[in-house]
Amino acid sequence: MTTTANAPASSSTSGNEPYLVVDDLTVKFPTADGLVHAVSNLSYSVELGKTLGIVGESGSGKSVSSMAVLGLHDTRSARITGSIKVGGQEVVGLSEGKMREMRGNKAAMIFQDALAALHPFFRVGAQLAEAYLVHHPDASKKQARARAVEMLDRVGIPEPHSRVDDYPHQFSGGMRQRVMIAMGLINDPSLLIADEPTTALDVTVQAQILDLLQDLQREFNSAIVMITHDLGVIAEMADDVMVMYSGRAVEYGTVRTIMTKPEMPYTWGLLSSIPDVSSDVNTKMVPIPGTPPSLLTPPPGCAFEPRCTHRDKVAGGLCGTALPELRPASDGHGHLKRCHLTDADSIFQTEVLPDVAPATSEEN
Amino acid sequence: MFGFVVRRLLSSLLVILLASFAVFALFYLGPNNPAQPVCDSAGGSRCTPERLEAIEKSMGLDKPVVVAYGTFMKGIVAGREVTIGAATYDCDAPCLGIAYGSRGEVTEELKGRIVPTILIAVGGSIVYLVIGVTVGIMAAARRGSLGDRLLVSGSLIVSSIPYYLICLLAWLYLTLKTDIFPETGYFPITEDPLKTFSGLLLPCLVLGIASSPVYARYTRGQMVETLGDDYIRTARAKGLGGRTVLLKHGLRAAMVPIVTIFGLDFGILLAGTVFTEKIFGIDGIGRWGLDAISAPQDLPVLTATVLVGAIFIVISNLIVDLVYGALDPRVRLG
Amino acid sequence: MSHSANEDEHYPDDPEKARHQPTYTKGTQSEPTGEPSLASMTQEPHREQPTADDDSVSSLGGDAHTPNVLDPDAPAVLTVENLRMYFPVKSSGVIRRRIGDVQAVDGVSFEVPQGGSLGLVGESGCGKSTTGRLITRLYDPTSGSIHFGDQDLATLSSREMKPLRREVQMIFQDPYSSLNPRHTVGKIVGTPLAVHKVVPKNKIIPRVQELLEVVGLNPEHYNRYPNEFSGGQRQRIGIARALALQPKVMVADEPVSALDVSIQAQVINLLQDIQREFDVAFLFIAHDLAVVRHFCPEVAVMYLGKIVEIGDRDSIYSGSRHPYTQALLSAVPDVKQATVGGRRERIRLEGDVPSPINPPSGCRFRTRCPIAQEICAKHEPPLLQIGKRHKVACHFPGRLGQHPTEPLTSRLLGVDDQGNPDPGGSPSAELNDKPGYDDTWFDLDSRTFGRA
Repeated sequence: MTTTANAPASSSTSGNEPYLVVDDLTVKFPTADGLVHAVSNLSYSVELGKTLGIVGESGSGKSVSSMAVLGLHDTRSARITGSIKVGGQEVVGLSEGKMREMRGNKAAMIFQDALAALHPFFRVGAQLAEAYLVHHPDASKKQARARAVEMLDRVGIPEPHSRVDDYPHQFSGGMRQRVMIAMGLINDPSLLIADEPTTALDVTVQAQILDLLQDLQREFNSAIVMITHDLGVIAEMADDVMVMYSGRAVEYGTVRTIMTKPEMPYTWGLLSSIPDVSSDVNTKMVPIPGTPPSLLTPPPGCAFEPRCTHRDKVAGGLCGTALPELRPASDGHGHLKRCHLTDADSIFQTEVLPDVAPATSEEN
Repeated sequence: MFGFVVRRLLSSLLVILLASFAVFALFYLGPNNPAQPVCDSAGGSRCTPERLEAIEKSMGLDKPVVVAYGTFMKGIVAGREVTIGAATYDCDAPCLGIAYGSRGEVTEELKGRIVPTILIAVGGSIVYLVIGVTVGIMAAARRGSLGDRLLVSGSLIVSSIPYYLICLLAWLYLTLKTDIFPETGYFPITEDPLKTFSGLLLPCLVLGIASSPVYARYTRGQMVETLGDDYIRTARAKGLGGRTVLLKHGLRAAMVPIVTIFGLDFGILLAGTVFTEKIFGIDGIGRWGLDAISAPQDLPVLTATVLVGAIFIVISNLIVDLVYGALDPRVRLG
Repeated sequence: MSHSANEDEHYPDDPEKARHQPTYTKGTQSEPTGEPSLASMTQEPHREQPTADDDSVSSLGGDAHTPNVLDPDAPAVLTVENLRMYFPVKSSGVIRRRIGDVQAVDGVSFEVPQGGSLGLVGESGCGKSTTGRLITRLYDPTSGSIHFGDQDLATLSSREMKPLRREVQMIFQDPYSSLNPRHTVGKIVGTPLAVHKVVPKNKIIPRVQELLEVVGLNPEHYNRYPNEFSGGQRQRIGIARALALQPKVMVADEPVSALDVSIQAQVINLLQDIQREFDVAFLFIAHDLAVVRHFCPEVAVMYLGKIVEIGDRDSIYSGSRHPYTQALLSAVPDVKQATVGGRRERIRLEGDVPSPINPPSGCRFRTRCPIAQEICAKHEPPLLQIGKRHKVACHFPGRLGQHPTEPLTSRLLGVDDQGNPDPGGSPSAELNDKPGYDDTWFDLDSRTFGRA
């Protein structure tokens, strides 16, 4: 195992102080129907130069938790507790003014749908320059424009000198996402949160964007939080993975551990419900039955229990009554799981793997 | 762009012709005979059927409606002679006819009345734009707060009062009973601009204030929608200040539909502010048209007001489309 | 609805087993009304009544599913030949002249086998969705034919088309905008039944309930509104609506791409079950190559309005000979990469897809193709059959890294290797752009036509 270097939340092994530390984060939204528990007791950390992948479905809290890092939730409607430290600075409870200094400067975010996320009425150059000027008040407009052109060039937009005056709709989907990335990186942030950055793109363009993100990370040594539902993207981009379900982390580990020795049935479900272009043709597709639970009234036990096909393996119906803690998994090394199953590894090898990868399981 | 404008102008011309013809035909073929009042009033003697027929003939009322409309339109281009009863009037181009009531050239009367109507429309819309949009933005920025809810319910109350009642009450209390706005009415702008202003201040305020809740609510709705858009989140994620996000990024996008509605409303206002003009005693297009409907009907005046109204509305539509293209770079007029 | 883990899997190759599979009967089919029942669309003369404890509804789409298999002997239910769709582009002057065309679909031919699935893949703008809409006649094709039975859907008037709309149904991508929010589920699913007068008025609701059961929804929920359902459930409603008229062909345009991953598998499995139960043929349009691989035993890859490669699953996914297909496949992120770490080498396609208004001359892919040569700009490569069920449109067809350096097509086109006219050569008579496959094909190794 080579997992020690990236052990989650236990940065002592690497000697690097994590740049982003989220500790016991809880986000709730009061609504007309009741209190929505969007994120519950979430903890994770990311070092500079590393990528954490957060996987989950809509409503899993993966986007909500990341928006909280930048303080983008409406303070009047979101109840946020816990701690988020960006570069050592506590973010929860920070004043709006101080928060603003950080946003787009130390920490930046790029969004899924670049067509919607860029202002349709302003030229691309103006939007980039604005992002630069707000954190460089002494810079002239000329300097800001030059910086915008430089960034467009850096993210691989041909003829940046003329394209800087185009509007977002005049770019193709891939080029627009490059603009979005250029805007996120214009102030050299140490932390980049990428929320489904390639979901709306074609595969060939997605590959280009992922290449770009990796190049840029190498160049700027930034910490990246990559939010996606695509395990393939995670497998190729992330160092560590956090799987979220119904507002909680349910599994955490290095990308290799999570993809090869997952110990949480929801992660199994994700792996076996996605077909793959290169796997054995006879791989079965096993869906996760049912739908995610309501965030209004979280169940007392494990949130995945109603959909879990392995709940009967836990004695006394514990899954329905007691919320499992996020505990070290059987192989240790910072692999954490939130599940009552005691022999998860052997269940995975004997029951799940034959469906996911028939060829691999025969070899074992 | 040029092609678009030309195509639109051509289709606008068609709309104007159709609208004016429709009105012309409706009243021309209607139950009221324009020759009757002429016949009744002429010369003191009783109106005999033979006389009526002679007058009808002299006025050209015996001709088919298409021919009569053709004569009317020809007058606009080249001028014509108009005969009413015994009198014949020389009507220069652009001739919209001779008013049956006043026996003046409609074109001349129109020129005198169009100015106050434009002034009221401009003044009133400035008031409601400033009040409505400002209040709407403030409410949207604090949506869900007490102030926001007060605005929403308050504007509902104001808009549920009939507009003529507001006019009437304002006139009664602010002009007649108190001396806050003593001299309300239209005083020609060429003589004393200051007096023009003070005379029209109350009508403009009443018109503006009564319409502002609609704009406040509309602006609020547009702003709330815009503020939920992804690019607003992006603007915040860049670290921009709240005011910049609200006014630069939010309002810029919300302005487009507001301008669209405003343009259409403004065109309608220019076609005549009937209640305002009537109650404050201002000789504008709206009141002129209203008077022309009441018996005895004044066909040339009616047609002229409809024509003017159609032109204003069509032009303001065209301007809205052009402005839309200027505001939203995604709209390419081609 | 929960699913027990020990339920039978579906065995597509075992008709006995399949007959025990889920059913939507609630006694209605046995009524002597003579009306068409859902059961009547299957080829099986008898259908056993479900036993009382058969939790049939939940098993639909519920458990592990193997990929669909190809039935090489199935007759074609839909034959598309040389289909074209040009959208006119008008000038901006006072008089709007037609100054060009968006060549969205430009000469596409394929067959969909009865009860089988053909996948259409490609990047956005390649014309795959337009092709789907042409087949359902949401657009009127510019030219070409769409043979269904003995009729050509491409030339029918909308009145003649109406009875045939029953046979070809569409499932849309976005389950949020494709269902009218003001109509109940019962109305949404029941309207096609009423419009086409499939069942008497008083039988519509029972039939809707059957359909809801078939797609795994609670039949009691027929009077609820779409907003009361999740995305996956809404897609099931869309499927029930499409299924209501017992179509022979379903065009599924990105049916799962708007859904969460765990729900995607449920819907794909449901579509598989419906296909096996009711013998529906699918034209399955998606950009997700992995989903298409699972669902479709045959796949066509489109680029800029043309099919560049078409074949059975193995030919496309493991034996692709077209550089575009190879690039597409290599771009898909791979979960198994996690065991190795980092990102694997992939073919990088530079730039964007060119405009379909002015597509490149010759081969449309040549501007981004890593192996393009002179001939590619001069001649469009023919869609050449190179295997039993494999056609490719490339002058240099070959496995990744083993593309020939000389064009294989020059002799067939009657030109020299640079694409210049060859005085001695003449175009081969073996070239055709017909749908389906011939018994003879061009062997890439011997470079001659022949049988395997």
